[in-house]
Amino acid sequence: MDVYLPIANLSVNGLWIVLLGALTGILSGLFGVGGGFLTTPLLIFFGIQPTVAAASAATQVTGASVSGVIAHGRNKGVDYHLGGVIVAGGMLGALLGAGLFNLLRAIGQIDTVINILYVLLLGTIGALMLREALQSLGYVSVGSGKPRAAKRRHHPLIAAMPYRWRFYRSGLYISPIAPLLLGIVVGTLTMLMGVGGGFIMVPAMLYILGMSAKVVVGTSLFNILFITMLVTMVHAFTTRAVDIVLAGLLLLGSVIGAQFGTKIAQLVKPEFLRLILASIVVAIALRMLWGLGVRPDEVYTVVPL
Amino acid sequence: MIRALLALLLTMMLASPAMAQTRDPILVPDISEHEIVLRQGFTGADLLLFGAILDPRGGRAQGQYDVVVVLKGPSEQIRLREKERWLGLIWVNAESSDFRSVPSYYALASSRPIDDIVDERTALIFELGLDYLQLSPSGSIDPNEQARFTAGLVDLRQRQGLFAEYETGVQVSEGVLYRARLPIPSNVIAGRYVAETFAIADGRVITSATSEVQVFKEGFERRVEEEANNNALLYGLLAVGLSVLMGWAAGRLFALV
Repeated sequence: MDVYLPIANLSVNGLWIVLLGALTGILSGLFGVGGGFLTTPLLIFFGIQPTVAAASAATQVTGASVSGVIAHGRNKGVDYHLGGVIVAGGMLGALLGAGLFNLLRAIGQIDTVINILYVLLLGTIGALMLREALQSLGYVSVGSGKPRAAKRRHHPLIAAMPYRWRFYRSGLYISPIAPLLLGIVVGTLTMLMGVGGGFIMVPAMLYILGMSAKVVVGTSLFNILFITMLVTMVHAFTTRAVDIVLAGLLLLGSVIGAQFGTKIAQLVKPEFLRLILASIVVAIALRMLWGLGVRPDEVYTVVPL
Repeated sequence: MIRALLALLLTMMLASPAMAQTRDPILVPDISEHEIVLRQGFTGADLLLFGAILDPRGGRAQGQYDVVVVLKGPSEQIRLREKERWLGLIWVNAESSDFRSVPSYYALASSRPIDDIVDERTALIFELGLDYLQLSPSGSIDPNEQARFTAGLVDLRQRQGLFAEYETGVQVSEGVLYRARLPIPSNVIAGRYVAETFAIADGRVITSATSEVQVFKEGFERRVEEEANNNALLYGLLAVGLSVLMGWAAGRLFALV
């Protein structure tokens, strides 16, 4: 099924795009991450310009997170208060990211920066997750493991920040500056990389803010939803690279995939899920590192003047 | 098509006394399609460029002609960046070069290899062949560097299917009719494409003629592009709305199952 993409200016096999959307949808349903970290590089692999890929992936992630937010919201799994603070930071971050994006594009380093960010972030987080998952799996099979609750204290730096607020659902009494900063970081990354930032937000909420585990995924999706909406709008105004046909195809796959992902998540042991997600993340980081290190297929790139 | 050509040929023969003063042959070119619409289902097109070489005094043109057909897309100003290994570790964009007139598409077909038909000077004047494109580089004045960038650009575009050269792509039958098939990939941009046909004998361009192909978006695709460029707010809201709606609808649908 050939589909012509009016903004990307080329024709692709629509079935592959829908399948790609379904794959990321399953991931988002399973792990509460947007799956953008998979979509953007694969779209570029299909021959779509990086800017169009990042912009349209952001649109897709919005759709994939909607149903998750609704489901978690019903189960009181979203801390709207804390989420609101992170979203506010995310909005600032997205605008900051847009400025950075244009600056880096002007000096021609946007692709390299995106790739390095992918390698560093995915590599670090993937490795940490992998270690954690392997440990917990090992302990689970041995018997009574170390209590994970020991990690429920937030980082000392966070405790030192002034103006504390109470966030009831997260079980926190911390300064709003911490989630605001987290939002700024995630928003900037979303704009630059076309990812929702779930893979960085979830660990940060757990291990840095020390949020209650049962609101982490829901609150993360809540933020992803709003940040990707804003990123889509920023792209629509600045790069004009949102391809609605491409996004629609991705959405078609991902919204359905997300539902299956949620179903699978209830059947499989969470430790296994984390192990699989960690392996995927590490694999992509290694692939990107390899791509940076070896002589690229295309030494030359064309930008319009 | 052939019948139409023959009719044309006949007309030319009858009309010939009026043009008897010129001894140069006349080229009558045409293209199988004058419009290419970029829309759903478009995966590229094959253009047939054909025509006839006629003697103004009537009858077939005397002597042997080589025919070269060039199809060019709208020109663009571009910057070409070159990646280099940085600190022996990773590949990053380093140097760049600007080109003021790069055809977005360039395909050439000839009846024999270009180097056998014309000398370098003629090839440069008429831009016959990928090695002889006038891309108007600016900035760097080092000729070696310019040559490296130009070669890189041509190679890149060739692999994207946007630049091509078919050395024996033109068939000439009976010294009168010629035809060439040029593939258009799906990643071409919209605009006015010009096909130039050259009749060449003894290394000299005897005559040339042009015809045009319009490449454009229509209907839904055109609407999408226009809205994205002129109506960013509405377009962005539409994209966001679409994604929220689809996500919500899928959630509701699966809740019923």
